[in-house]
Amino acid sequence: MAVDLRPATAAPRAAPHERRGFRARLARMDLKYSPYLYISPFYILFLAFGLFPLGYTFWVSLNRWEIIGDHKFIGLRNYTRLMTDDQFWNAVVNTLGMFVIATVPQLILALLLANALNRRLRFQTLFRMGVLLPLVTSVAAVAIVFTQLYGRDYGMINWILHFFGVHKIDWQANRWGSWVAISTMVDWRWTGYNSLIFLAGMQAIPRDLYEAAAIDGASRRQQFWRITVPMLRPTIIFTSIISTIGGLQLFTEPLLFNFGYMNGGSLRQSQTVAMYMFENAFNRFQYGYGSAVAWMLFLLILVFSLVNFLLIRRFAGGEDK
Amino acid sequence: MRVNMHRGRVGALAIVLSAALAAASACSSDDGKSDDSNGSSAKVTLNVDDFGNFGYQDLFKQFEAQHPNIKINERNVPKLDDYTPRLQQWIAAGAGAGDVVALEEGIVNKFMAQPDKFVDLKQYGASSLQTNYLPWKWQAGISADGSKLIGLGTDVGSMALCYRTDLFKKAGLPTQRDEVTKLWPTWDDFINVGKRFTSRVGGDTKFIDSPETYYNTILMQEAGKTSNQTYFDRSNKFIMESNPAVKAAFDETVKMSDAGLANGVQFLSDPWSQALKKDAFATAPCPAWMLGLIKQYGGDGQQGKWDVAGVPGGGGNWGGSWLAVPQQSKHPKEAAELAKFLTSPQGQIAAFKSANNLPSSPQALNDPSVKAFNNPYFNNAPVGQIYGTTALGLKPVYLGSDNQEVRQAVEADLRAIAQKKLSSSSGWSKAVSDAKKAAGL
Repeated sequence: MAVDLRPATAAPRAAPHERRGFRARLARMDLKYSPYLYISPFYILFLAFGLFPLGYTFWVSLNRWEIIGDHKFIGLRNYTRLMTDDQFWNAVVNTLGMFVIATVPQLILALLLANALNRRLRFQTLFRMGVLLPLVTSVAAVAIVFTQLYGRDYGMINWILHFFGVHKIDWQANRWGSWVAISTMVDWRWTGYNSLIFLAGMQAIPRDLYEAAAIDGASRRQQFWRITVPMLRPTIIFTSIISTIGGLQLFTEPLLFNFGYMNGGSLRQSQTVAMYMFENAFNRFQYGYGSAVAWMLFLLILVFSLVNFLLIRRFAGGEDK
Repeated sequence: MRVNMHRGRVGALAIVLSAALAAASACSSDDGKSDDSNGSSAKVTLNVDDFGNFGYQDLFKQFEAQHPNIKINERNVPKLDDYTPRLQQWIAAGAGAGDVVALEEGIVNKFMAQPDKFVDLKQYGASSLQTNYLPWKWQAGISADGSKLIGLGTDVGSMALCYRTDLFKKAGLPTQRDEVTKLWPTWDDFINVGKRFTSRVGGDTKFIDSPETYYNTILMQEAGKTSNQTYFDRSNKFIMESNPAVKAAFDETVKMSDAGLANGVQFLSDPWSQALKKDAFATAPCPAWMLGLIKQYGGDGQQGKWDVAGVPGGGGNWGGSWLAVPQQSKHPKEAAELAKFLTSPQGQIAAFKSANNLPSSPQALNDPSVKAFNNPYFNNAPVGQIYGTTALGLKPVYLGSDNQEVRQAVEADLRAIAQKKLSSSSGWSKAVSDAKKAAGL
């Protein structure tokens, strides 16, 4: 920025009299509009690859749109059909179920982990980087390895469980089983990421608050609940919204967990909304209906992010109001 | 210092970018070359899309040797269920499909209804080849409106049953293929043998692999005995509910699951191939093409453990494909040549020897080298005889244009029954309603 400003002040002095006005105008325009130009790449890309597809998908969702490309405007009929489609609602329930059992433990665990990492530790950097390690492995690799761990006949988890007298669990066939299995994949990958964000938030909390509390005789636990958590409120809102968006769009893990089949199990035990969208658009080739599912997913994410935001603002903000 | 560093970075970026640009332009100029190749001297690349195991590797080499300007690129997708939607999309979009594509019997009618998407092979001298194919196989390659010859037949499925001699021995059952065939004249007999097997072997080893493989076998048999139709009639009307063949196959399969015979792994999924390697099922229905898959997934460890017996309930056909040339191909002449070559009696004989895909050409079926062919992997079973004798008399079953979608829906419910997550009494009504949804009704 500093470099860009220099000609604006230096140039008029050196310029010939008659060109002064023009150059000054140019300089003013530079000052006024350049920042927009600099940030424009993001917005142009967003317009082309974000906003336009969003709108176009909505247009497609108002049509009966077959694979051949023929389409017929049918208004909101795809949406009314969705309302009574039990396969769609099954996918919604699955998605929300997995979202809850994945996200709640994940954020709590991340918070505790961050609290532990915030203390003085040996090899501090090593530990802090270590929690991020799962994130750099590819989702597909994670899903494939976990799917093998959860194998019915030859998986390690069933093998360990059999020592405790638990009978073989068919993780894919079992609704709860599949939810738990997929949630562990999500948690393994994202807990470290969230705890680093929490850690960053914690380090921004002034030390003297803790010192004052300690002098007043507050225990570590009291400090955590009465200082750390309330002060972390913006961070918690951020992570929970990011987790909501990610959790409701869950796709790769359940897909690979079901060996690449879009139906998510024999009774659609773990089919998510994103998978149902894909199944309609690219297996059944009902693009219109698939687009309607996509828009419902979008609305679902909006609603849940909002609910989350309000809930957490009340829960974590109760202390200082 | 900072500025310098900055410049250094920008410089590096520029180098990377220009390298990428150079690579990209190199690629595109490459593409340009192969696109321009209408002349006979330039190199032509033919993409071949297929699934499973067509056994064409040697034939491709042979064709390339005969046509030095042609290079063949096989793009194989292991599972038919993955292959179909991709092909459908490419054909509909008018881009992306290979120059020669395989159409399986369950999807061929979907494409025969779109003659404008495919090249008429009669224009490339295929009309004279009619006698090279079983009459129904030839007929099924003609578009629905009768205007074009779209597909040339590759193989037929026919039917047999593969079993593990070592596991049968363990269960105190006969192991000789003729005696084994005598064990099960009907499917109910087969289930009784299965119960005996289960009571003596038990553990992780189940009698059958997946409910869906048996279901499809019985369905094709039953359909062949009655109306030669399954879920759809010849006008593509949904008739699953009123077709006794579908109900009979469904009920018989449920009986197998209720008797605890099914391993329940999904056919061709990772657990299926794992179960195959770990001796977790003792039998599998074996249309001829299945032999190649068992060998491919079973690997060397299973060599000599499998044998081939007769199937309960009489003959029938499951599977078999056609080769077609999409209209979008840039080299239709060369592609048609390749399709003709691969489906010629000689080509079919070679594919049979490589992957056991049973010829659909009477000449090939009557060829002494086919008749005398024993398969070393399957305990030297005389597969040429076992399959060849019934193949000439096979009758085709009509599979509607949405066959695959409906089949997948019914299979999922059968698997849920085997997993004991769906009760066998409510299975049929759920299967019918899921099938209707899959057919878009």
